[in-house]
Parts: sequence; C-alpha cells; structure tokens
Amino acid sequence: MTNNDTTMILKPDHEVGIIGYGAYVPRFRLPATEVARVWAGGQAGTPIREKSVPGPDEDVVTMAIEAARNALARADGANPALIRAVWVGSESHPYAVKPTSTIVAEAIGATPNTQAGDFEFACKAGTEALQAALGFVGSGMARYALAIGMDTAQARPGDALEYTASAGGGAYLVGPAEEALAVFEGSFSFATDTPDFWRRAYQHYPSHGGRFTGQPAYFKHATAAAQGLMQALGTGPADYAYAIFHQPNAKFPRTVARQLGFTPQQITPGLLVNEIGNTYAGSSLIGMTAVLDVVKPGERVLLVSYGSGAGSDAFSLRARDAILDRRERAPKTRDYIARRVEIDYATYARFTRKLRQ
Amino acid sequence: MRDVAIIGVGQTEVGEHWDVSLRHLALHALQSAMTDASVTQADMLYVGNMLSGELDGQEHLGALIADFAGLRGIEAFKIEAACGSGAAALRMGYVAVAGELANVAIVVGVEKMTDTLGPDTTAALAMAADGDYEAAQGASFVAINALLMRRYMHEYGYSRADFAPFAINAHRNAVNNPHAMFRFPVTAERFAKAKVICDPISLLDSSPICDGAAAVVLAPAEAAHAFSAAPIRIAGSAVGTDTLALHDRRDPLVLDGAILSARRAYQQAGIEPEDVDVFEFHDAFSIMAALSLEAAGFAEKGKGLRLALDGEIGIKDRVPVATMGGLKARGHPVGATGVYQVVEAVQQLRGLAGANQVPDARIGLAQNIGGSGATVTTHVLERMNA
Repeated sequence: MTNNDTTMILKPDHEVGIIGYGAYVPRFRLPATEVARVWAGGQAGTPIREKSVPGPDEDVVTMAIEAARNALARADGANPALIRAVWVGSESHPYAVKPTSTIVAEAIGATPNTQAGDFEFACKAGTEALQAALGFVGSGMARYALAIGMDTAQARPGDALEYTASAGGGAYLVGPAEEALAVFEGSFSFATDTPDFWRRAYQHYPSHGGRFTGQPAYFKHATAAAQGLMQALGTGPADYAYAIFHQPNAKFPRTVARQLGFTPQQITPGLLVNEIGNTYAGSSLIGMTAVLDVVKPGERVLLVSYGSGAGSDAFSLRARDAILDRRERAPKTRDYIARRVEIDYATYARFTRKLRQ
Repeated sequence: MRDVAIIGVGQTEVGEHWDVSLRHLALHALQSAMTDASVTQADMLYVGNMLSGELDGQEHLGALIADFAGLRGIEAFKIEAACGSGAAALRMGYVAVAGELANVAIVVGVEKMTDTLGPDTTAALAMAADGDYEAAQGASFVAINALLMRRYMHEYGYSRADFAPFAINAHRNAVNNPHAMFRFPVTAERFAKAKVICDPISLLDSSPICDGAAAVVLAPAEAAHAFSAAPIRIAGSAVGTDTLALHDRRDPLVLDGAILSARRAYQQAGIEPEDVDVFEFHDAFSIMAALSLEAAGFAEKGKGLRLALDGEIGIKDRVPVATMGGLKARGHPVGATGVYQVVEAVQQLRGLAGANQVPDARIGLAQNIGGSGATVTTHVLERMNA
C-alpha cells in the first residue's frame, strides 16, 4: 500500500561511513508530573517520565558545537579543515536569517572553504542533512561532511506536546569507509505532503492535527521507509541487532517497531524518550548515538527518522572494529542522561523564556 | 398517499477517513445501496448533511453528489437539521415517493468531520444549538448535554456510574458490526475511570467525531418486491420540533419534539411502543439515550436510565437499543447518523444482523434527534410479507 519503488534506494558510488559521532543533552530535567501539576491539576496521565531542558545560556548553536566536538574527538585525528560541509537540521535555529552552520563550522575549525547551511524538515531535518552528507562524500567531492540534528523544541504551554518537547541531539562526521567505525549500507526515503504538525513564520509554538499525527502521518511514513529500505537491501528485522525510530513519545516507536517485527530488546537501547523527551530533529539521531555506544563490530543497525509534513528517512549501517576503541574518546549518551539536575515548572518557564523580565 | 418501502441499503465503515473525500464517502454508500436495490437510476436524491459548508468548504451537495454518482440531471438537494439531518433527508424522500412525485428516491447521509482541528469541529457542532442565546454565551454542544445530565442526576438521584450500561451495551454490540468505529467492549471499571470532558460527561458518555456515509433507496411498497427479496415498509414517518434553546422549554428534561415525533409515527403505523422489536435511538450522549427512551414511550419520566440499569436494553432484552453499536460505538458522523440508524434497523428486520440479530424482529423504530431535541424525526419500519 506504500507504492515504494525500491530502486530509489540511496547508495553512493564510494562506500561511506560514520567516522565520528557525538551526542549532547542539557543537564536540566523537567518531570512530566510538573506539567500535569500546572496545567491539569495533577490529574493527567503523562506520556514520558521527564524531559531535558536547555539552560538559559544554551541554544541549538552551543549544543550543536558540543556534539560536533564529541564527533571530532572520535574521528581519529581527522583534519577539520577537510570537512567540506557543515549542515545542521533543526526546528529551533536561533536566527530566522543567518546560518547556525557557519557558527558551528567556525567553532570546530572547518572554515573557510566549506559548505554551511541549515536544514528544515521538522523532526527529520537532521537525517536529511545526513543523507546530503552521504551524497557529498560518496560522490568523491568531499573527504568529510558533518551532519547534525539538534533542537531546543518548542511546545505551547499546556499543550500535549509540552510534556515531551525537549532539547538535545547528535552529530555525525561522515567520511570514507576506510576510516569509518560504522559503514552505511543504504538509505531510503518516503515523503508526502501530509500536514500533521507545523509552525508558521513568526509563531512561537507549533500546531498539530491531534490524532491525525498518528496513523496517516508517523506510522504510514516510518513504516514505508523502513520496509522500502529492507526490501531494497534484502534484509529483515532479524538481521538487525538494533533499530532506532523517531520517538515523539514512548508509544509510537514501540508500536511501529512491533508492527514491523522488531522486538523490545532491539529497540530499548536506542529508546531514550522516557528519560530525555522528544528532541525533535535530534530525536532519532541521539537514539543512534546511544546505540553506537553499545553496538558490537559486525552488527547491523536500522535508523528511521520521521519529520512532520511529512517524511521518513531510513538507514542501514554495519559497525566496524574501530568502534570499540574510538567510542571511548568522548562522553557517552548515557553519561549525558545521567548528568541530571531536576527543575520545577517555574524554573523551566524562566529558562525557556516563557517568563520574561 | 401511497405506502413506501426501503428496497436497498448501503453504508461505509464509520471512522477517520482521512484519505477519502466527502463525495467519495457518499458515492460508496450510495452505490452500495443502489446495487442492493438493483436500480441504476432514480428520480430524486436527498443528501442529509450538517457540516459540509463549515468543515469541508463545500455546500450544494445535492447536485454535486448526483453528478458524481452518474445521476446528473435528477432532482437533488441537501437537507439540514443539525444531527437530525439524516432522518430529515429520509423524511423528504418518503414524502416524495408517498406523494407520487417520485418512483425511486435515494437518500444518502454523509459527514466528514475529521479533517479539521478539534476546536474548529467543536465550534461547528455548536451551530446545532441556539446561536444567539446558547453558543454565543460559550456553550459548546457537549456543555449543553452536560447541563442536562447534571440536572437529570440532581432531579432523580442518579450517579455518574449509573449511566455506564448505555456505553457497555453499545460497545458490546459494536464488536460484531464490521462498519462500527469502536469494535471493542468496555467495562464498568473502564467507564468509571474514563476522562471527564465536561463534568459530568466523560469520554465514554460521548459519541465520537468521525466520518461516514449511509444510504437507502425508496420505492412504492406495491412495486417493492420487484426490486428486493426483503423490502421493508416505512409504516410511520414523522417530524416533531421544539425550541433550539434549553431555557425556552417547559421542562429541560422532557424532549417535547421527540415525544411529538414518536407519537405521530406510532399513530400513523397504528402501533404502541410495546410493539417495537428494535429501537435505534439517538445516544449521542448517554443523557440523550435516557431522555429518548422516555420520549419514545419506553419509560416514564426519570426512568429511562432505570431501563438500562435493570438490564432491559440488550439484544435479547425487552427494548433492544443501539443494536449495531449506536452513536456511541458505531460512531456519530452527524448528518449521516439518521440514515445509519435506518440501515441498521433494516438489517435487523431482514434478519441479516448476524450475531446481533434480535430474534424475529418485525417492527423497528429509528429516532434521530437534531440539536438537543429541536428537530426530531422518527421512522417506524416493518417487515413486509412476500
């Protein structure tokens, strides 16, 4: 029913892989019960336990730089000057006009002869950047390209999304397979014009279509992308040690994984939403940093993003021996999750500028 | 006036039809009813619908759907009476055939409510109430029903939990209806824990927002057997009206429009409530279920709920209601609901209701309530002997 054309799999001429990856999550946590206390008299059920909140001096730029530096630390001495592209996907770029990416590129030493640009595709802007990086390196035009998905997600106070909208993401330095700690086997996309969630220019908070965000949006696209990729590669759920799905709440990724035939054991290591919330453009990518922290060489990983509007990108990767040593060179995703300072709703309101002086 | 019979019925699944347009929904139901009736043409088409202008940006449904269904040129109109639009459209089809203005009339009820955001849908539904004196004061449709339920509980000493049997019965019956939206049972425990959406109304007191279409084909009863092996005679067809606003009524807990409508339909059919084997009632909210049982003569004032509590509303009981799930669990695509009720009553009278078959059902009653009771259409349906 998905009309997939599996010849549309993305596979570059030259083998391409991840040569460094990095996560970042701010230290502050808002328990979902705090949102329920303020907005629902403590009565509402909560979709997750708690979410991460950016500190008052953090934004997508600072957080992307943190993750990018972690990715470089794992890249075995790759020369930043050879990074031919710095692409940041986000729904919360600090500037409407002026790239996040140039600031990140400057901070990591990738300037001046580099591409720099910001991607927008709701929660899959980061994987869109990752696919562009695969193409850039896989064509031979670039030695390295850096793709980042990072967000300080917005949600209208009192909206269902406020329980989950959080901050964090991941950075991926893409390069030739010889230098890689995990190699891409292919990528596959499925996108349609499906308006399930959106934010107009000059609006602070997004709107969403309620139940419409489920079956015709998230499930249709994530399922089609995952199935299309596996069909094109001739793989099945049993061929993967881990699978990561975009995680707007705890229920959607569990359901789509079960429907596709994955077990809870395959998705649990990459399912972080209960502890850090929905990091929007960072969501599936930080799920994958957590998996790369534990995957064994030779094991396969499936990554499936979802962005409203709507589309999904699926990736198949296989880990290499180099991952064992190099993943120790930067903080793990779990280290960031464990670095935790709980705040109340009032502090959250101040940090996220819902209260202004 | 001549006798009129239903010679064909059709329906779509009720649900969230995000990928099907309003006209396609109507077409599916209409074609399936025409196939059932073995007709390829008709003289008139009446479309029951409440919200197409507000929610779909489309009025002028009569000609639109006639053309789309390959019936270009025939007489066709949209009929609107809020949530009572479906049965009101059937009433017009009945009038046309009974009055010898048409030999074959098609009635389709269609509604598409899930393409808009919740607040917009809620605002549109409030148009069923008195715009100046209810809706403009902030009363949503569920709020108006909450007022009624609170008053009913206060006057007669019921608790919220007492309303559970309506939802339990509706959901139990929907399990066996392939066209129903909620095909799962609910328990009293689940009812007690259901989220309150407008105190004292909870989610399980309420019918869902949904899409759907249902259709019937009408012909003179004398010719009905030429079309259908199991035609169903419309023995009574009547409308009663009341004030739109609750505060203008002599007693808010008495649905005068429904009483008038039922009384006229019984009189025309020459029957009493005791003769009814199946009652498809308008359980948009559980309070409406209680009030309509009273208005249709099955219980005294304040005793409608008693009927449910005493276990008299199941398939095998004295007054089987919502036999295919009712508005609560089959779903309530507002302008289509009145036609769904009649389609389901026809299934019962034809003996085609499967696991939900009411034994030897001969007389069916369908009552469709517009607004909080301002336009009420009642039909008495009767099995015809070959």
